[in-house]
Amino acid sequence: MAEPNRKAFSDTLLALAEANPDILALTSDSRGSASLNQFASALPRQLIEAGIAEQNIVGMAAGLAKSGKVPFVCSPAAFLSMRSIEQIKVDCAYSGANVKLIGISGGVSYGALGATHHSLQDLAVMRSIPGLTVVVPSDNQQTAELTSQIAYMEGPVYMRLGRQAVPSVHGPHMPSQLGRGLMLQDGQDLTLIGAGEVMPGVLEAAHMLEDGLGAAVRVVEIHTIKPLDEEIIMAAAETRAVVVVEEHSVHGGLGSACASVLSQFCPVPVCILGIPDEPPVTGSQSEIFRHYGLDAEGIHSRIAAFWQQLQRQRRRG
Amino acid sequence: MDDRKPPNSQRAASKTAHTSDSLRLRAKARQIRLDILDMIYTAKGGHIGGAFSSADILTALFYAVMRFSPETLATGEGDRFVLSKGHACEGYYAILADRGFFPRTELASFLQYKSRLMGHPHPKIPGVEVATGSLGHGLSVAVGMALAAKLDGRRERVFCLAGDGELAEGSIWEAASAASHYRLGNLTCIIDRNGLQISGPTEEIMDPEPIEQRFAAFGWHTTDVDGHCFEELTAALHRTHGEQPALVTAHTVKGRGVSFMENQAGWHHRLPTVEEYHQAKAELKGHPC
Repeated sequence: MAEPNRKAFSDTLLALAEANPDILALTSDSRGSASLNQFASALPRQLIEAGIAEQNIVGMAAGLAKSGKVPFVCSPAAFLSMRSIEQIKVDCAYSGANVKLIGISGGVSYGALGATHHSLQDLAVMRSIPGLTVVVPSDNQQTAELTSQIAYMEGPVYMRLGRQAVPSVHGPHMPSQLGRGLMLQDGQDLTLIGAGEVMPGVLEAAHMLEDGLGAAVRVVEIHTIKPLDEEIIMAAAETRAVVVVEEHSVHGGLGSACASVLSQFCPVPVCILGIPDEPPVTGSQSEIFRHYGLDAEGIHSRIAAFWQQLQRQRRRG
Repeated sequence: MDDRKPPNSQRAASKTAHTSDSLRLRAKARQIRLDILDMIYTAKGGHIGGAFSSADILTALFYAVMRFSPETLATGEGDRFVLSKGHACEGYYAILADRGFFPRTELASFLQYKSRLMGHPHPKIPGVEVATGSLGHGLSVAVGMALAAKLDGRRERVFCLAGDGELAEGSIWEAASAASHYRLGNLTCIIDRNGLQISGPTEEIMDPEPIEQRFAAFGWHTTDVDGHCFEELTAALHRTHGEQPALVTAHTVKGRGVSFMENQAGWHHRLPTVEEYHQAKAELKGHPC
C-alpha cells in the first residue's frame, strides 16, 4: 500500500510552489486534512488560511487568480462541491478564473462520519458547469502527474482526492495525460470503466471475471471526467456490454457520462455500479464499498449476474 | 505578508474635489444617467432604480478616484473594481464605453440577441474582470484581489460596490471577516444605501442596520456620505485608513434624477413608457443635480 493521494498531491504542490511563488495553497481550516502542514512550514507566505468559510475561500481564490496567482483551494470535497458551488460556477468558471479546486477526503473517504461529509454528487454537479475541468485520480503517481498538469494549464479545475492510502494502479510505464482515458488492459467481451479509488477493485474484479466466466475483459480508466475522452468510451461498443464503477451516486456521475456518449453514438448495454439513491450505511470507506458492492468481490458478483442476464436475453433474442 | 502602508493616504489631501471638479463630475453623471435611460428604454429591460442611485458613486470612482483605463488594466498598474450589485450594470457599461474600453455605439446593443452587454457584467466585456450578478459574491473576489496586491507589495487599491439588499447574504460577512483578518487597508467597499430592494424597503425585507456598527465590529473603518455629493464621495473614497479595510456607506436615492422614479421600489426594474421616457429625459437634461 502506498500513501494517500492527498499526500502525493501535497508533495507535488510543494515542489511546484517552490519553483513558482505565484502558486498558493488556500485552506479552510483544512491544512491537516489536506496534508499541507509541511507546505505551511516550508512556504508560509504561500499558504493562505481562509477559515471555515467555503463561499469566501472560492470567491477570494477567483480574485487572487484574476491578479496572476494560481490558487489551489484545498477543502473537503463535501463542502467545497456544495457550499461553494455558486462561487465555482460564477466566480471561477463563468469568470474564467484560473482556480484549482481540490476536493479532499472525497467520495466516502470520511466513511462513518456520515452523509454530511460524503461527496457523492460532486461529479454530477461539476461536470455540468461550462469551462470546468473535472479530474479524479486513482493512485499516487497519477495524482502527482495530474497535479502538475493542472497547475500548468490555464483555467478552472476540480480535482477530487481520497483520504486513505491507496495501492498503485499504474507504474511509471503508464503516464496519465489530462483528458485522455487509459486502457489498463484490453479485452473483447466486456468493458469495465472506472475512475478514482475504485480502480484497484475494478482491476481485481476483471481478473476474477476472466478466471470465472472466461470472458476477455477490457479495463478503461477515465481520470478526467471532463473533458471526456469520448473516443475510448465509444470504442467500448466493440465489446458486448459496458459496466461503469464509481464512488459516486448512480445519478449524474461517470456512469451517466459514459451512458450518454454510448447511447447517442453506439448503443450497447450499460450497467452503472455506484452508491444508490440513499444516505450511505455507517462504515469505513472499505466497508461502504463492500456494502454496496464496489469492492472486487462485489463488482465481480454484480457483473456476473449482469452478464448472465445478458446471455439469457441474447438466447431469447 | 507585506506590511507596506497602503497607498493613497497622502493622495487624499491633495486631491480633495474642488468645485470645478464637481461640476465636471456632475456633467459626467448627467450623461451617464441619460445613457442608462436610453439603454433601458431601447432594450425594454434593465434595472433603472439601482443604476440611477449608483450613478454618482460610479462617476466619482471612475472619473476622480481610481487609476483605471484600458492601459492600466492591461499593465496591472491601476486600481481594480468589482460591481457586486451586478444588476446596476448599465452605468458601468456607459462608463467603460466612455473610458474607451469599447465603442459607445455598442451601448445600443444592451440586452440584444448576441450582444456582449448582458443584464449582468461578465469578463468578455472589455474592462470587466469578474462576472457578478448573483448577490453577495463581489466582496470575496475583491478581497482576493486586495490580498494579491498586498502579497506582491503592489500599490493598488480595490473598490467594491455592493447594494444594501445584498448585505443579507452570508458570504458578505465571510468576506468582511477575511478583509480585516488579512489587514487589507487597500480595500474599500461602498454600499449603495438607497434603502429599497425589489420587494420594498430594506428595513421591512431584512433590516441591514446598523450597517456601520456591523462592519466596525468586523474590524472595518466606516464612514457615511451623501452618495450624490461629489465632494463627500471623492473625499471619503480617496482616504485609506492604515491596515483597516474601509466601508463607505453612500446614502442614495433609488431612481435619483427622475422625479417620479425617486424612492419608488417599483422602479427597481420597471420600464418607462414613451411618455415617461420623454419626461425622464427632459428632467435629466435640465436637472440641477
